[in-house]
Amino acid sequence: MTGTMQLAAEGASDHRGLIIGLFGAFVVATLAITVWAGRQNKDADDYYAGGRSFTGFQNGLAISGDYMSAASFLGIAGAIALYGYDGFLYSIGFLVAWLVALLLVAEPLRNSGRFTMADVLAYRMRQRPVRTAAGTSTIVVSIFYLLAQMVGAGTLVALLLGIDGEAGRRWVVVGVGIVMVLYVTVGGMKGTTWVQMIKAVLLIAGTLLITVLVLNKFGWNISALLGAAAESSGKGTAYLEPGLKYGISDLSKLDFISLAVALVLGTAGLPHILVRFYTVPTAKAARKSVNWAIGIIGAFYLMTIALGFGAAALVGPDKIIASNAAGNTAAPLLAEAVGGGPGSTGGAILLAVISAVAFATILAVVAGLTLASSASFAHDLWANVIRKGKASEKEEVLTAKIAAIAIGAVSIVLGIFADKLNTAALVALAFAVAASANLPTILYSLFWKRFTTSGALWSIYGGLASSVLLVVFSPVLSGSETSLFPDSDFAFFPLSNPGLVSIPLGFLLGWLGTVVSKEKADPAKFAEMEVRSLTGAGAH
Amino acid sequence: MDTAPPPPQASPPEPNVYAEVQAGAEFGALRRSFRGFAFPLTVGFIAWYMLYVLLSNYAGGLMGTTVVGNINVAFVLGLLQFATTFGIAWLYSRHAGAKLDPRAEAIKADIEGRPARAAAEKAAPAGKGGAA
Repeated sequence: MTGTMQLAAEGASDHRGLIIGLFGAFVVATLAITVWAGRQNKDADDYYAGGRSFTGFQNGLAISGDYMSAASFLGIAGAIALYGYDGFLYSIGFLVAWLVALLLVAEPLRNSGRFTMADVLAYRMRQRPVRTAAGTSTIVVSIFYLLAQMVGAGTLVALLLGIDGEAGRRWVVVGVGIVMVLYVTVGGMKGTTWVQMIKAVLLIAGTLLITVLVLNKFGWNISALLGAAAESSGKGTAYLEPGLKYGISDLSKLDFISLAVALVLGTAGLPHILVRFYTVPTAKAARKSVNWAIGIIGAFYLMTIALGFGAAALVGPDKIIASNAAGNTAAPLLAEAVGGGPGSTGGAILLAVISAVAFATILAVVAGLTLASSASFAHDLWANVIRKGKASEKEEVLTAKIAAIAIGAVSIVLGIFADKLNTAALVALAFAVAASANLPTILYSLFWKRFTTSGALWSIYGGLASSVLLVVFSPVLSGSETSLFPDSDFAFFPLSNPGLVSIPLGFLLGWLGTVVSKEKADPAKFAEMEVRSLTGAGAH
Repeated sequence: MDTAPPPPQASPPEPNVYAEVQAGAEFGALRRSFRGFAFPLTVGFIAWYMLYVLLSNYAGGLMGTTVVGNINVAFVLGLLQFATTFGIAWLYSRHAGAKLDPRAEAIKADIEGRPARAAAEKAAPAGKGGAA
């Protein structure tokens, strides 16, 4: 998702009518479903957790829809097309990460929480300080992730529609922001979940179609596809080996390790993913939904291999780079190529379909993020910290809706003015904060008897501050040509991903904060949490 | 209804019920069965993934070795990461379905039945079950 666009995707502007028609149809259909879902919302359980009435399969689809962002769809296909093996290497961390969620987090969280991640973190602790910390880190992670999606959406949709100039890009960001706020405020969790399910089906169907067409061109011979991609890449066998993107220097290798650790440990700490486990009735259904998600996401990343290598072989790196330097248009260009090539009707239709799928992908992900962060604001910060538990359920839901509008407005403004931000770095940062601030606290809370309020605060604030500060003092912000401020140099941390330092630090601080504090953990509270989290007794 | 963890006063099981259950043999067996499976498996798959990352970084020669046609060791190891992820998810779910769920359900039924039994003993009106 990084880099600058140079030209509109070739041919895109000729078929703008078709693409806009498909975009419009998706928006109208999903808004109608959102209104329908919104009418069924009666209480906070409905608004925050979709009435806990979704099945494991439905939630698995919705999790996939929430997780597979445009960065995965277009970014990974583009990274494979341009860097070969390293693009594939990058995608694997996103899948393996789900095992942490499956084995350690999904079921206990479903059993012991109610609406937000903080419900679990604050369970055994002093409510107000821990909720403040967990609410803050939820909102920070979500805003980083949201910002990445908004900045990407603006550039991307403008590119797919062939809109030139700053004004068009800004209108796209405003439009995406308004639609996502409508999904969330009107439909709540139920509406948003349906949007994510529809998006996941469209994304898988679109990807499958292109995959079949690509493999068919190579006689279903993967080796032939790889060979043609390597030849067309101009890099020969090196293209099929690790190293073109992450193996350039010792530092870039270390940076990749840092990224890999953040990806694998970050997923199970992403608040918008965690709240999805509350939409099913039981821990068993939560387990099923993660299994479906692993199957769907895994199949999707396997297909991106065909997309990425197919784009390299059939479109070629020169044309991809000419369209978008970061390779984000590799998948749409490939769709056009396998549909019959530029100028053909088949090519135009497939290009339009894949562009519309990318658009649906962005909308569903930003809606999920807005919902999770506004829910945390209303439930954790407003109802429990500011109003000290005296807010009525109605007031809480109203606050959540107002917060969604505010978060939407903030992300529109940031999305418009922060267009120079490196979106890949923002996504990596969101994962790093989730792995450094949220995951240690979740695991200690669930499994460590002695863990205390100080431990929770040290690990959340320590993980949050260290990951954000390390990025501030990294080459992402200053000191290199690709930095946000290329003319200044205050970078002393060499890696662009902070995970390698901040994640161990988050775990260390959680332990240290616990052992140095005078307070003792309440064994009765731990007994309650442990028994409930493993058995589901008294679950909401 | 506003504080997130279930309000203890509203929930029939008295606070010490959880401590009692936690100390019991059934719960001990459930915890051992869960932790004994999930913890080593987590360490294992993270180590296997990090090994893959390190090989990709520092063992270019090995990773570039041809297996068949244009398919090299790196590609096969990448696909193996997919296979092990699917496999571990399947293994855990099988274990959970066979060993964890029945134990968890029995303990849950025991906890949620306690208030009713206590009430019956006192011949007072039965308390509510607990689960929402």
